[in-house]
Formats: sequence, structure tokens, C-alpha cells
Amino acid sequence: MAETSFLEVKNLVVEYTSDKQVIHAVNNASFSLKRGETLGLVGETGAGKTTIAKTILRILPDKAAKIKAGEIFFEGEDLLSISEEKMRTIRGNESAMIFQDPMTALNPTMKVGVQISEAILLHNNCSKQEGKKRAEEMLEKVGIPGQRFNDYPHQFSGGMKQRVVIAMALACNPVLLLSDEPTTALDVTIQAQVLDMMKDLKTEMETSMIMITHDLGIVAEVCDTVAVCYAGEIVEYGSVVEIFDQPMHPYTIGLFGSLPDMNGGRARLTPIKGMMPDPTNLPKGCFFQDRCPYASDECRKKHPDLNNAGGTHTVRCIRKGDEQNA
Amino acid sequence: MREILRAEHLKKYFATPFGPLHAVDDVTFSIKEGSTLGVVGESGCGKSTLGRTILQLHEPTDGKIFFREQEITGCNKSEWKDLRDEMQIIFQDPMSSLDPRMAVWDIIEEPLKIQKKMDKAQRAAKVKELMDTVGIARRIQYSYPHELDGGRRQRVGIARALALDPKFIVCDEPVSALDVSIQAQIINLLMDLQKEKGLSYMFITHDLSVVKYISNEIMVMYLGQVVEKAPSDELFGNPIHPYTKALLSAIPVPDVHIHRERIVLKGEITSPVNPKPGCRLAARCQYATERCSTPQQIVEVSPNHFVSCCRVNELWQ
Repeated sequence: MAETSFLEVKNLVVEYTSDKQVIHAVNNASFSLKRGETLGLVGETGAGKTTIAKTILRILPDKAAKIKAGEIFFEGEDLLSISEEKMRTIRGNESAMIFQDPMTALNPTMKVGVQISEAILLHNNCSKQEGKKRAEEMLEKVGIPGQRFNDYPHQFSGGMKQRVVIAMALACNPVLLLSDEPTTALDVTIQAQVLDMMKDLKTEMETSMIMITHDLGIVAEVCDTVAVCYAGEIVEYGSVVEIFDQPMHPYTIGLFGSLPDMNGGRARLTPIKGMMPDPTNLPKGCFFQDRCPYASDECRKKHPDLNNAGGTHTVRCIRKGDEQNA
Repeated sequence: MREILRAEHLKKYFATPFGPLHAVDDVTFSIKEGSTLGVVGESGCGKSTLGRTILQLHEPTDGKIFFREQEITGCNKSEWKDLRDEMQIIFQDPMSSLDPRMAVWDIIEEPLKIQKKMDKAQRAAKVKELMDTVGIARRIQYSYPHELDGGRRQRVGIARALALDPKFIVCDEPVSALDVSIQAQIINLLMDLQKEKGLSYMFITHDLSVVKYISNEIMVMYLGQVVEKAPSDELFGNPIHPYTKALLSAIPVPDVHIHRERIVLKGEITSPVNPKPGCRLAARCQYATERCSTPQQIVEVSPNHFVSCCRVNELWQ
């Protein structure tokens, strides 16, 4: 396994504690990522997508969050068992994260160039001048003139700020990039620019990427594989073609049914009824049972395993996509 | 179909230290009874300002608004109070548009109290009816907005807007803050209500797939001006303005087998403060010529399809 995949998340369980309640944020999530591959992590608010990414970088809030179980192998090393000191050489260097909201991810009192060179100076043995030069190169790479090194975040527009955040994440040529909804805060034409840029960088640097998003359009465009998250677990996994051509989990099918069809007519949308279960009180059996049109007694009794559905396609449902054939 | 709302040469400028900001600049349109006008554009294009100006939440700088053929620009406060029975708004973010210190029941009841047309028992019956209409359970009537999730909160916002049985509702990005599965529930609800009560909507959004789905007519705005207006299918099937084309090509399509050529606009939206005359897209447009710096006329290229581009005839024969 370690030879083919360079990131391997195994049976990850993360809990948050608040007001003595335990919130089951991530429940037994497993997936792997190959070199140069982009994985789309899809799901609703509260599905645990961001928590998974933060766990990989070990930047969860210390007091509230607890990693209950699981292993994360990154280039053969278990990130959850190495020392914080060692982790610091990986974080921001070999792996980096692009956050959703560029306004809160940048320090408003620091020049953007300095923020980019900070990571470079920390991880490379180089002089301030070299750091500045690299930072200017990074700015140019994301389409911002290098002269803007000395500008502050408020002098940039939303799209430009997100480019700065991307430049910051890419400054040390990471081999693993975690993007948490990188374009959600942007307008579509700017989103198109940023996505094009990220695709170019991916081919240029052979970076592996985890793309967290709720936009299935973005997934279709940039991802190679897809993991659909629901209530902290992965309910369906497969290549983009497998998932888009033949979604099998009732939740994934529901997600597609909720989208207005850009090419078709105005058939009534078929939303998923109800809401995600309370993460402090997850039901016994399948987490999707209350919203599922196919739920049976068996679904209420036993928690389904990930079943193989042909190829790399796996689905956490006892029906394994029977509804397509029915 | 009769016309319910018409705006003529509507303008809204805001004063800034650097000169007037042209938020809405010479916008003309009309909405037919029982239909939906979609207004799309990127942030800062003036679509929300337009919606609010129509409801007199902003005083228009210039231009006229007609509601059922009656001019409503220049109405005084008490006349507006009556008009609010007929014209309502649903806001984008229910968290900031619902009073955090009022329970669900009180939020929905408040418009009825203000209009003083019902006694307590009638109001109670009406609130119950509204809660059923928008699909919120009675048991949450004592809950406060922060205790609800986004979808329920938006349903409360819709119930409040419906309280006075309006005929026209401005929907200002009502589903943008919601997850797709919840978004679909709310869109279905809005469309059911339209059918049932014969409502007319002005639906403001930046999400083009939603606007296509819900609108009869679509108006595309760029920097305060209308660049293109057409019936929904016509606009998506035959977009003409370079901005509309770029906007449509920028939407990521949830289908792995479609690979489209994307038109990427250079640069970003320019400042709406003291804009130069002429086409406002010119700096980002690949077809820009010298003529684009002269004021643009909006012309009807085919029935009901309006485009504001001086090169429309040579570029798209």
C-alpha cells in the first residue's frame, strides 16, 4: 500500500468536546491519495471535511478536539505519532493548506510579501534577500506583479487576496496541498481564473491535492477521485467518472438531484428531505437512514460497511446501487 | 399578462469622498404578474442595491418606479406603509436579517402587528397558517434564530415576507448561504408559493444555474448597468454580450464529459466611482475598440432580447 499511495488516512476518528457534549466530527474515515492526484472531498456543512484536512496538518484546536483513533501515513511516516518539532518541518513546507476565506487567512498588519517569505525563510536556509526574491517570484506566478510585495492585504481585491493565499501555500513547493473551498468566496469569473491557475500549477509541480468543496461542478473540473462525506464518514468513493456517471449512495444521488440542470428544462428539483443528523447523537445503523428513501429495518439495525462496487468504486450502503437496476 | 412592476431609467448613486459611486446606473425593466425576473451579476454590480431601491430601502437618485401602473417614486411614508402590504423582500443572510432577540412566532407576527388589520386571534391563526405554508414545525415557535439551522432560518424569513400576502417579492440571494440539498428545498418552496399565490419575484443571485431554473426573464448586470436582458432560455441558448458569454462559460458544470472552451476575462471589475463614459467592460473585453469609449445604447436584437454593446451587429451576425 505504501508504495502506491503517498498519503494514506486510515480509520480516522476525531471528536470535539463542548459543554460536556461529544461531537462526533469524523467517524472512521479512510482514503488514500497518489502522487499528482487530486481528491475531491465533497459534502454539506458539518460533514467533517475541514476537520479531516486540519487533522492531516495537525492544526486542530488543542483543547476541544481529540483524535480518538486512526493513522495518517504521509510518505510512509505516521503524522499522528511524530513529534511536534518534526511536524513543523512538514507543515507549510511539504504540505500546505489554502483556507476558504482569504480575509481571515492573511494578517492584515503585515505586508503580503513578508507573509509569503515568512514560510520560505522558516523552511529554507536562505538570506532575507533570497526570501524576498522567491516571494516576488511566487507573486508573479499567481499573476500579481512582484512590485506589490510591499502592499497590505486590504489593498487587494478578494480574488487577488486568494491568489496571495495560494502563493503563500505554494511558496515551499509542497507535494501535498489541502484546499479548503478555495473559491467559495469568489465570483465565478474570478473563480474560473483561480481554478485555471491551480490546474496549471498542479501539472507544473506535480502536487497532490485534496480539494474540499461542496460544488460538484468544481469537482468535475479539477478532481481525479471523489470522496463523498456524510456525518463524518465517507459514504462513497471512486474516480470522478465512476461517481458522476453512476452515483450509488442515496446521498450522492440526492446531491445530484438537488442541482438545477443547466442544460435541461425545469423539472422539479428532488432535494434530500430533512437534515443531517445531530453529530452529538448519531443514530445506530446507517447515518443517512432518516433521509433515505430506501431505508429498511436492516439500515436501522446495522451500520453499513464500505462495499466494493466495481473498479475503485466503493459505497457505504447495503443496497450497493440496486436502485439503478430496479 | 399584466405588468406588476416597471422601472424607468432608475439611478442610485452613493456619495463617497472620491466622487459619486454609480451603484445603479440607468436601469429600465418591467416584470409581468406571476413571473420571475432574475438579476445576475458579480458582487459589486449593483444588483442588491437595485432590489433595495425598488422597495425604497434606498432613495433613488433619479428615475421612476411604477407598481401596477401607479408611480411609487415620491410616495410619502404612510403611502409606503400601505405599499409594503404588496411588496416584500427576502434577504440573503437570515442570521443578520432576523432579530436575534425575537422568537420565531414574534418575528412572523410582527408585520401583522404593524399593519393593525387583525386582532390577536386572527393574527395567531395567520401565523400558524404561515408556519404550515413554509414548512416549519409548530414546536419551534418559541425558538430563537440562533437555535435554528440555515434552512429553517430562511424559511422563517420567507414566512415573514409572506405575512401580509404580498404580490411582489424581491428575493435577494435567498439560497446563497445554504447547502445544495437545503437550497433545492427552498427553491421548490418559492416556486410552489409562486404558483399557489400568483406571486411575482425579482430574484437576485450570482448563481447562474439557480437563476436559469427559476426565472422567466434574466437581466445581466455589470457595474451598475444592464448589459443584456432576455427570456431565460434565449439568454442561455444564445448569449450575445461578451460579458454574458464569459459569465456563462465560467460556471463549472457538474458533468465529467463536457469540456468547454472557457472565456477568461482579464483582470477584475473596475471601480464604480466616477466611471468613464462608454462601455464599462471595455478594459476587460477582448473585442474592445475605440468606439467602446462612447456611451452605449441598449438595442433589441431579437424580440425581447436586449443587448448593450456597440459592436453587436458586426460580431454576431
